[in-house]
Amino acid sequence: MNWLDIGALDDIPRRGARVVKTAHGCVAIFRTGDDRVFAIDDRCPHKGGPLSEGIVHGHMVTCPLHNRVFALETGLAQGADAGAVTTYPARIEGGRILLDARRLLRGRAA
Amino acid sequence: MKKKLVIIGAGMASGRALEHLLSVDPQSWDVTLFNAEPRGNYNRIMLSPVLSGEKTYAEIVTHDDNWYARRNITCRFGESVVRIDRHNKVVHSSKGSAPYDKLLIATGSAPFIIPVAGKDLQGVVTYRDMDDTQAMIDASARSGGKAVVIGGGLLGLEAAAGLRLRGMEVTVIHLMGHLMERQLDPAAGYLLQKDLEARGLRVHCKGATKAILGKDRAEAVLLEDGTVYDADLVCIAVGIRPETRLATDAALDVGRGITVNDQMLTSDPDILAVGECVEHDGQLFGLVAPLYDQARVVANTLTGQEAAFRPVQTATRLKVTGVDLFSAGDFADGPEREDIVFRDPARGVYKRLVIENDRLIGAVMYGDTVDGSWFSGLIRDGTDIAPMRDTLIFGPAYQGETGTDPLAAVAALPSDAEICGCNGICKGAIVTAIEGGDTTLARIRATTTASASCGTCAGLVEQILACTLGDAFQLPAAQPICGCTDLTHEDTRRLIKARILTSMPAVMQELGWKTSCGCHICRPALNFYLLADWPLDYTDDPQSRFVNERNHANIQKDGTYSVVPRMWGGMTNPRELRAIADAADKYAIPAVKVTGGQRIDLLGVRKEDLPNVWADLNAAGLVSGHAYSKGLRTVKTCVGTDFCRFGTQDSTGLGIRLEKRLWGSWTPHKVKLAVSGCPRNCAEATCKDIGIVCVDSGFEIGVGGAAGMDLKEVERLAKVATEAEAIDLTVAFFQLYREHAKYLDRPYKWLAKVGLDWVRAQVVDDPENRAALIERFDLSQSLYQRDPWADRATPKAQAEFAPMADLTQEAAE
Repeated sequence: MNWLDIGALDDIPRRGARVVKTAHGCVAIFRTGDDRVFAIDDRCPHKGGPLSEGIVHGHMVTCPLHNRVFALETGLAQGADAGAVTTYPARIEGGRILLDARRLLRGRAA
Repeated sequence: MKKKLVIIGAGMASGRALEHLLSVDPQSWDVTLFNAEPRGNYNRIMLSPVLSGEKTYAEIVTHDDNWYARRNITCRFGESVVRIDRHNKVVHSSKGSAPYDKLLIATGSAPFIIPVAGKDLQGVVTYRDMDDTQAMIDASARSGGKAVVIGGGLLGLEAAAGLRLRGMEVTVIHLMGHLMERQLDPAAGYLLQKDLEARGLRVHCKGATKAILGKDRAEAVLLEDGTVYDADLVCIAVGIRPETRLATDAALDVGRGITVNDQMLTSDPDILAVGECVEHDGQLFGLVAPLYDQARVVANTLTGQEAAFRPVQTATRLKVTGVDLFSAGDFADGPEREDIVFRDPARGVYKRLVIENDRLIGAVMYGDTVDGSWFSGLIRDGTDIAPMRDTLIFGPAYQGETGTDPLAAVAALPSDAEICGCNGICKGAIVTAIEGGDTTLARIRATTTASASCGTCAGLVEQILACTLGDAFQLPAAQPICGCTDLTHEDTRRLIKARILTSMPAVMQELGWKTSCGCHICRPALNFYLLADWPLDYTDDPQSRFVNERNHANIQKDGTYSVVPRMWGGMTNPRELRAIADAADKYAIPAVKVTGGQRIDLLGVRKEDLPNVWADLNAAGLVSGHAYSKGLRTVKTCVGTDFCRFGTQDSTGLGIRLEKRLWGSWTPHKVKLAVSGCPRNCAEATCKDIGIVCVDSGFEIGVGGAAGMDLKEVERLAKVATEAEAIDLTVAFFQLYREHAKYLDRPYKWLAKVGLDWVRAQVVDDPENRAALIERFDLSQSLYQRDPWADRATPKAQAEFAPMADLTQEAAE
C-alpha cells in the first residue's frame, strides 16, 4: 500500500465527487451519504463519461451521459448493463482522505 | 370514618387503579399497599431498557416514596401476604395483618418454570421483576459470559437482546418453529430471526430443553436433540401464569386466573381483582392496555359508579431497539380467512393482513410499522374494509384525503353530491354512466367530462367506480416514479403539498422510500417539487441535480462543457460580442456557434476553466443563459415595430421584459418562449411552449407548442389588448405549470393531461387566482433569480471545479 493524503473529506460534498489527476487518467473520489469514500476510474466503460459528475445514490453512481449505474465498492455495472470500472482502495483517517496510489503513480507500468 | 382498602401487589394495574381512585375520591379511603418486592410501583414494561442499559431503575419508577406519603398510603413493601381471612375481612402477611373493608388482589403473574433437571441451580433466573433484571445485569458484568435464554417469545427476546447489549454471548432456545409464534406468522418470525442474528444473537428454533447442566451452578443447557450450549446464565422466559394461590386458598372462584365479572369483582363482593392475575370472560391479560382499562373500572366500582370492563384487541410491539415489529389480533389461517400480503425483501419489510367476512381481524408487520395503530383501530372497530381493500395494506395515507375511511364516505355520498367541481358533475351522473357500461375512468371522462379538467377528482371517480362495481373494478396500475417508490409523480406532488413535506428526508421517510437516498431518477424530481412548492423552506440540493444544472453548463460527449450567455430577447451589442470572442481566445475554446434560440454557444470548455470564463463574461455584463436547465431557456423575438415595416407591436421589448421577469426560475422541464411582431411569425412563436403573436389589436397568447420529439402548434390561451395583460397571463401560466406538472413533462404534455379549459379557468377567467399565481411566482423569484455564474466566479468555487489533487508529478517509490 502507498497511502497518499489527497485532501480533506469536507472538500467533497456528501453524495458528491471530486477528481484526482494521475499519470494514468483521472480517478473519481466519491463521498457517499453515509460519509464513506470510494475511488474509481473517472471514465464510464460505455462512452467515457465522467462518472465523478454523476448522481450518487446509496453506494452507487449514475453516469451523467447515458445513465449507466455502477456500484462504487466493486466498480461493477448494475442492472442489465455489463462492464466494470477499476476501483482503488481509499479510506478516511482523521477527516483526511487517503488513496492507495500504488497503481496510479508515474513510473509504474500502467 | 374512612373505609379501609387493602391492596395486594404494587404492579402496574394496581398502581393505575390507585391513581384513578384517589383522584376521583381522595378523602374516603385508608389505603394499605402490600408488595412482596421491597419497592413500590415501577413501569415493568420498561425492564427491558433497564436490562439493556438504555434506562436506569430510577427512570422507570412511577410512584416514589413521596407519592405514597402525600396520599397517606401505608406501604408494606417486602412483606408477602400469606392468607386472606374472608370471614373476618383481614389479610395476614409474613409480618402482621391488616383489616379491610374492600380488598383488591393484584398479585400479577408468576413465571412458568419448565420442569427440567437443574432448574433450581444457581445462575438460573426468570425475567419478571427488578430483582430478576438486576440478577441478569450482575451476571453480564463478568466479561465474556455466555447466556442461554429459554423461550423465544416477547419476554425472552427482550431479555436476550438486553443481555447481548450487556456484552454477553447469547443463545435463544425456542420450542416452536419460529420466534414469537403467538404474535408473528412464520414469515415475520423469519425476518425477526435474521435481524436478531445480524445483531449477534444465536437462535435455535425447534429446540426442546432437556436439562440445565451444572454442579453447583448452571454451566450448560442440554437439548433433546443432544445439542449443548455453554451457559453462565440461564434465563427461563417461556411464559407466565396468573398468580392465584392466595385467591385459591381463600376459596374464591378461580379458573386459569381469578374469575372477575365486568365490574372486576370476584366471587366475593368485597374483593376485587385486577391485572395479570385475573380471568375475565375466559380470557387472560398480559399487555398493559387492557390492564389500564381494568384499573379504571376498579376505581369506578369502588366509588360506586357504573362501569364495565370490555376487553379490546391489543397490539404487540417488541421493545428491542431497532427491531420494528407489530402484531395485533388473530392471524391464524382459517377456511373463511383471506390474506393480503406485502413483501419488500430489500428493505426487510413484511406486512400481512388477515381478513374474515370483510373485516380486518389480524395484522402482522415487520420492518415498517407506522400504520400499526390504524390497523389496530380497524380491527377494534370491526370496520367493513371491502371498499378500501385494494389499497388497505398501504395504510391510511392511501385512502384519499378526507380521513381514515374515504371509500365508506364516498359510498355514503348522496347522488346529488358534486364530484367534479370543474365541470359540475354529480355522483348520480357518474353512477348512471357506470351502470350504462362506462367501467373505466377514461370512458367516464369521455361521457360525463368528470375529471376531464384538472384531474384532481380522478381518485374520487375511481372510488365511485369501486363502490359501484365492487369486485369487478380493477384499479389501473399507475406508473411509479422509479424503483425507489410505488408512488406516481402526481401522488408524490399531492402528498408533498398535503402533508407539508419540506425536505428530501421528510419525503422519503413519510412516503416510505425504499432506498436510503433515492436514485438519479427520483432525486431531481423531488428536488424540483420541493423548491417549487416550498421556495422559502426548502434548500436546493445540488447533489440531486443532473450534472448540467449542478455545473451550470452543458456537458458534452467528451466531458467538456458548453457555455451560453443570455442575450435578452436575442439582442446583443459589440461589447458583449467582444467579451465572448476574447473568452474564446483566452481559454482556447474550440467551437463557437449561433444557436436556434438567438444566442451564442461556446463549445468545448474544460470544467476547471468554467468559473474563469464566467467571470470574464460577467465582467462584460453577461449572465448565465440557463441553456442547460429545466427552466426558462430563451425568449426568441423579431425586431417588431423598431425596424420592421410590418411590425404591429414592440415584440423585441416584450420579449426582453418577459425574459427579465422569468429568467432564473426552475420548471418541470425546459421552457422556450417567442414573441413575433406580426402574424408572419418570424420568431416562430407558434411552436414554442409559450408563444405570443402580436397583432394590431393586441396579443395572441398560445401555449403548448412543440418542435422537438413531437411537432405541435400552440393552442390559444387568450387574446389580450395590452402588453401588461400579456405578461400577467404568461407569468401565471408559467407558475401554474411549475406547481402542477410532472417533472420532465413539457407544457404540451401537461396540457394534454389537465386540459386547456382548466388552465384557462385558472389563469384567464379567475383574476384573483391569476394574481395569486403571479404573487407566488414573484416570491420564488425573489430567492431564485440569481446569476449562478456570478455566484460561482469566486476563488472557492474555482477551487471546487478543479481536481482535488494532482498526482501526475508524484513518482512511484
